[in-house]
Amino acid sequence: MRRFLRPGHDPVRERLKRDLFQFNKTVEHGFPHQPSALGYSPFLRLMAIGTRSGAVKLYGAPGVEFMGLHEENNTVTQIHFIPGQCQLVTLLDDNSLHLWSLKQHGGASELREEHRFTLKGPPGSPPSATQITAVLPHSSREVLYLGTESGNIFVVELPSLRVLEDRTITSEAVLQRVPEDYCNRRSCELVEALREHPKNPDHILIGYSRGLIVLWDLHNSRVTHHFLGSQQLENLYWQRDGSKFISCHYDGSYTQWPVSSDNRQPEPLENLVPYGPFPCKAISKIYWQTTKNGLPYIIFQGGMPRASYGDRHSISVVHGSQQTAFDFTSRVIDFFIIFSSEPTAEFDDPSAMVVLAEEELVVIDLKTAGWPAVHPPYLASLHCSAITCSHHVSNIPLKLWERIISAGSKQNIHYSKMPWPIDGGTNIAPDPPQRDLLLTGHEDGTVRFWDASGVCLHLLYKLSTVRVFLTDADPNDNMNTVGEDEWPPLRKVGTFDPYSDDPRLGIQKIYLCKYSGYLAVAGTAGQVLVMELNDEDAEHIVDHAEADLLQDQEGYRWKGHEKLKTRDGPVRFEAGFQPFVLVQCQPPAVVTSLALHSEWKLVAFGTSHGFGLFDHQQKRLVFVKCTLHPSDQLALEGPLSRVKSLKKSLRQSFRRIRRSRVSSRKRRGGSGNASEVQEANAKFDQDALQEMELAPVQRKIEARSAEDSFTGFVRTLYFADTFLRDSSRHCPSLWAGTNGGTVYAFCLRVPPAERRMDEPVRAEQAKEIQLMHRAPVVGILVLDGRSTPLPEPLEVAHDLSKSPDMQGSHQLLVVSEEQLKVFTLPKVSSKLKLKLTALEGCRVRKVTVANFGSCKTDDYSENDLAVLTNLGDVQIISLPFLKLQIRYPCIRKEDVSGIASCVFTKYGQGFYLISPSEFERFSLSTKWLVEPRCVVDVPEVTSNNHVHNKSGMENAARKS
Amino acid sequence: EFRRFSLERSKPGKFEEFYGLLQHVHKIPNVDVLVGYTDIHGDLLPINNDDNYHKAVSTANPLLRIFIQRKEDADYSAFGTDTMTRKKNVLSNVLRPDNHKKKPHIVISMPQDFRPVSSIIDVDILPETHRRVRLYKYGTDKPLGFYIRDGSSVRVTPHGLEKVPGIFISRLVPGGLAQSTGLLAVNDEVLEVNGIEVSGKSLDQVTDMMIANSRNLIITVRPANQRNNIVRNSRTSGSSGQSTESSLPSSTPNILANFLQGEEESDEEDIIIEDSGEPQQIPKAAPTSESLESLTQIELLHESTQNGFLPSSEMNLNHSAANVNVEYEVQDPDHKSLEEDGTIITL
Repeated sequence: MRRFLRPGHDPVRERLKRDLFQFNKTVEHGFPHQPSALGYSPFLRLMAIGTRSGAVKLYGAPGVEFMGLHEENNTVTQIHFIPGQCQLVTLLDDNSLHLWSLKQHGGASELREEHRFTLKGPPGSPPSATQITAVLPHSSREVLYLGTESGNIFVVELPSLRVLEDRTITSEAVLQRVPEDYCNRRSCELVEALREHPKNPDHILIGYSRGLIVLWDLHNSRVTHHFLGSQQLENLYWQRDGSKFISCHYDGSYTQWPVSSDNRQPEPLENLVPYGPFPCKAISKIYWQTTKNGLPYIIFQGGMPRASYGDRHSISVVHGSQQTAFDFTSRVIDFFIIFSSEPTAEFDDPSAMVVLAEEELVVIDLKTAGWPAVHPPYLASLHCSAITCSHHVSNIPLKLWERIISAGSKQNIHYSKMPWPIDGGTNIAPDPPQRDLLLTGHEDGTVRFWDASGVCLHLLYKLSTVRVFLTDADPNDNMNTVGEDEWPPLRKVGTFDPYSDDPRLGIQKIYLCKYSGYLAVAGTAGQVLVMELNDEDAEHIVDHAEADLLQDQEGYRWKGHEKLKTRDGPVRFEAGFQPFVLVQCQPPAVVTSLALHSEWKLVAFGTSHGFGLFDHQQKRLVFVKCTLHPSDQLALEGPLSRVKSLKKSLRQSFRRIRRSRVSSRKRRGGSGNASEVQEANAKFDQDALQEMELAPVQRKIEARSAEDSFTGFVRTLYFADTFLRDSSRHCPSLWAGTNGGTVYAFCLRVPPAERRMDEPVRAEQAKEIQLMHRAPVVGILVLDGRSTPLPEPLEVAHDLSKSPDMQGSHQLLVVSEEQLKVFTLPKVSSKLKLKLTALEGCRVRKVTVANFGSCKTDDYSENDLAVLTNLGDVQIISLPFLKLQIRYPCIRKEDVSGIASCVFTKYGQGFYLISPSEFERFSLSTKWLVEPRCVVDVPEVTSNNHVHNKSGMENAARKS
Repeated sequence: EFRRFSLERSKPGKFEEFYGLLQHVHKIPNVDVLVGYTDIHGDLLPINNDDNYHKAVSTANPLLRIFIQRKEDADYSAFGTDTMTRKKNVLSNVLRPDNHKKKPHIVISMPQDFRPVSSIIDVDILPETHRRVRLYKYGTDKPLGFYIRDGSSVRVTPHGLEKVPGIFISRLVPGGLAQSTGLLAVNDEVLEVNGIEVSGKSLDQVTDMMIANSRNLIITVRPANQRNNIVRNSRTSGSSGQSTESSLPSSTPNILANFLQGEEESDEEDIIIEDSGEPQQIPKAAPTSESLESLTQIELLHESTQNGFLPSSEMNLNHSAANVNVEYEVQDPDHKSLEEDGTIITL
């Protein structure tokens, strides 16, 4: 009578469910999408990054991470830490200021928004009067100085964010004693920079955009010095002792100014255009760092010759005769220098430069000769080449882990040995429970191995498949070679390189056996590579085999791309995974499914035409099976028609990017032109919207038929040792599921180990199941006599799993996009099913078996199915009874690429891309939870003002 | 008993000759019989004139299965789609054997070569403004042939009239199943798909639900044109009269359960090919707790002999198509070679 109990009404089960399942989005891995602001606190040794979507992320020592999100989702334009406090202020592009605090709660620090504030002018004043352009948190921690477009500087009390009206520094007051003729030539305009005097907190330096710079005495509310600059000002920087400051300008020049008590209107000491004499781009930010040996470091952003190098994103470091212009792969958002912030220290002694570019974070070691880059422990640019697929492997054996790390360390020799310089906060999270690998396949033919065990997603090793093939790219093309007399002395830094030489190299499927170290990767042009881990460099020939998937079909012509040309003769491979055999599918269509059985030494692969099985021990093709429907022309023509639409969508997205760039142009960037463009864009948007409204969206309702396109597309492949023919003998088998709802089962005969090289592997088709609803088959699984999923190959051999129950009868689980069905084996009869789509209107996108442990007792765990649907929901479905346990909304259903990128782990966690460069990590399990947990201590408040002085200066960096 | 013989596909001749041939082959020259055949969908259809005889021969692929019943104890209701693929009717016949025995069959003419393509169901439990339509996709090659769109409708709620989003039929494809039934029209609001309410679901979700149910689609609509509504208790209207469904007790949960069950049966038709043999329907695993079904199975076999079918292995085979509980296997090596011989008529 059990079956009459309604599901979800068993109180025991309900309690157990609470102990097993819990949904959390725990941490974001990778590099923030569209960063827009950078801040650093030398006091806390924390870095903050703001994004265009209103997120603010704090990073310290590895594992120390915080994230906050502004409700408005507006672009963060500036971030400033309050000197000597666990507080920071953010400025958004809607001109609102937000005060954030790190507070301890339950033993760990949390980032919380405390106050928000929008500067309001007197009634009737133009919005520009209160548009904030520069923020200076004063070292007294009591006030913020806010420079505005009108030239006025407002004073805001901390932490209440209340305007102190009587302390406003008006432009009139500043201009009072400026020489008349200078004043007439240029009105004050907006406040470009505010800098506190490094030694005297009562003095602040105010820079106006038209070139005027004044030193303002806060105590007496008057100007003490006038510096009459003749060029449009970009930024200011104090020297450490306060005797000089440096200004940088729109024309690519920088100027040193003396500050002394005897001359109230000094002339510049030095005016230099570093990359002159031809017109140069603006220098938007500059540092002057003193050192013990007397030679300063001058570090500035931009300033390149306009005509020849105007498109470069550069930061130049000049130290005596050494000069390098670091050439970044994307626009530089902002940068800061880490230097000695000890108040007693006499010199700055810069140690590292941290540069936030639009697509990556680059840290340069300034202490080591040659200024090498530092390998960041977090904020990895996942998208340095676009991610095309991901594969997660849980619980990596220590041996393999160490071998991968050692292979990776050989690739990282050019990095600096310097410890990570941003080391604030303390990571108090427990050590990750196990070693997990996340493998990402990329468009440029590389596979990256990430340490996904903990909070910091860290690159361990990068594998390239390119060497196997002949491509157009010249392998000797080294971007880093710089000629002796090269000027400007550009040096490429960073790894972001989204331009693939050949899209056919793209990796589509990855399968790693963690016990044997065998790895199979398959790509866009039908290439399947089987690799083995080798700790040494080696030079060898890659064996080559072809698999003609159209064997018994005739009269077809593949109109898609050609296969990749292979390199003849032996190829040199570096230590790590080295390919030893290449199976080339014909036609060379994208590989859509892949499975590797390391114990049987077999690899199976499928495309839109069929699938094949390859014996990588004997290097022999065992069989191929064509799954193509004779009338399916589309599958034959190849991806051409899709390429067209891809191009179109690319064009559209470029247009979108351009549009958003235009709209986010600097406020002063040309009044007439920009607004015209914006207007035109707005009109375009409106037209497009109207067009959409005119043609209502409608959906065709039609049953699927065998004649539909791409029914032969192989979606899933699965190896199982089970009862295929009769219930007395089990045998190795290969299962394949297609887009048209067909499941094929092949009986395999693998010779015993001692005759493995002598006898061929044989295969024979044993079963073919056609699901009448014809939905794509996305998962196949065999459950043993105890209804437990069969273990992975070699899992039992390594004593990591109980051997499967071969006594009771096995069951076959077929998951299509619409239904989950359990069949008996060996005689296929349907046992039970769950009709997901018919009941809920959702379709299965991803499915994995996951093991869930109870948070209450260590000895209970169970296997369930984790299912991601096209609506972005994650559902947990019990095995073997297919009862829905729980459902969590996870991804927005509009986020198609996010849903497509999702991978589940074996222990109820998952990853999906929230942007091209970031993985969101989520957990369905109460037991396995990887999330940041860290403490940032508030250091004792010292009476020494100079500490805060320094940090105040550091943070007042206004960015463009 | 069964016979197997061959006919020339190109020259089938007249029905009269064929009828004579059958009587001759079975040595029943003076017995009036009903002749039926199974078409490609597994439906039992009659052969009683030249036209449907020619149709039967031409669709033979390559085997044509013919059934012969003695006319006096023939069961007319055996013909049609439901008998062969849907257990429900058979089941109801079994459960209420008196039902059809007592029902006087008004035989105006022999059953035609028709099968239901649609029906209005649950008339007695739905509000009169609603219509529940069942489309039988499996009986025809016609496409379902309609489109749906987003829209909004006005509902009466506790807070007064409210505009709520809804799903509407936006287009009927000429010649499609939906159009040819005449039961659905453009701008009809879709309220349910196979018993599941669509409110709160997106257009894409509803699309997926309909496609997932496309082999046996039951949609409840509020017709845009409310003038043709069925007036309650008048069953004589043009509905194809699924009397079994509309005569069930009229409490809603029961009905829903009922047709969810109906749906289950109708699509349990996955096919398996073992060792490159013949495609077969996948049977249900031996029911453990569902004693009701096993009972049905036995009764059904009993029933079929009563019906006057000539007992034969072939017949058994076809009945199992009707009742998916029965397993069968054709593993006859000769069978294959026979297939090659062109049209074979089996008896």
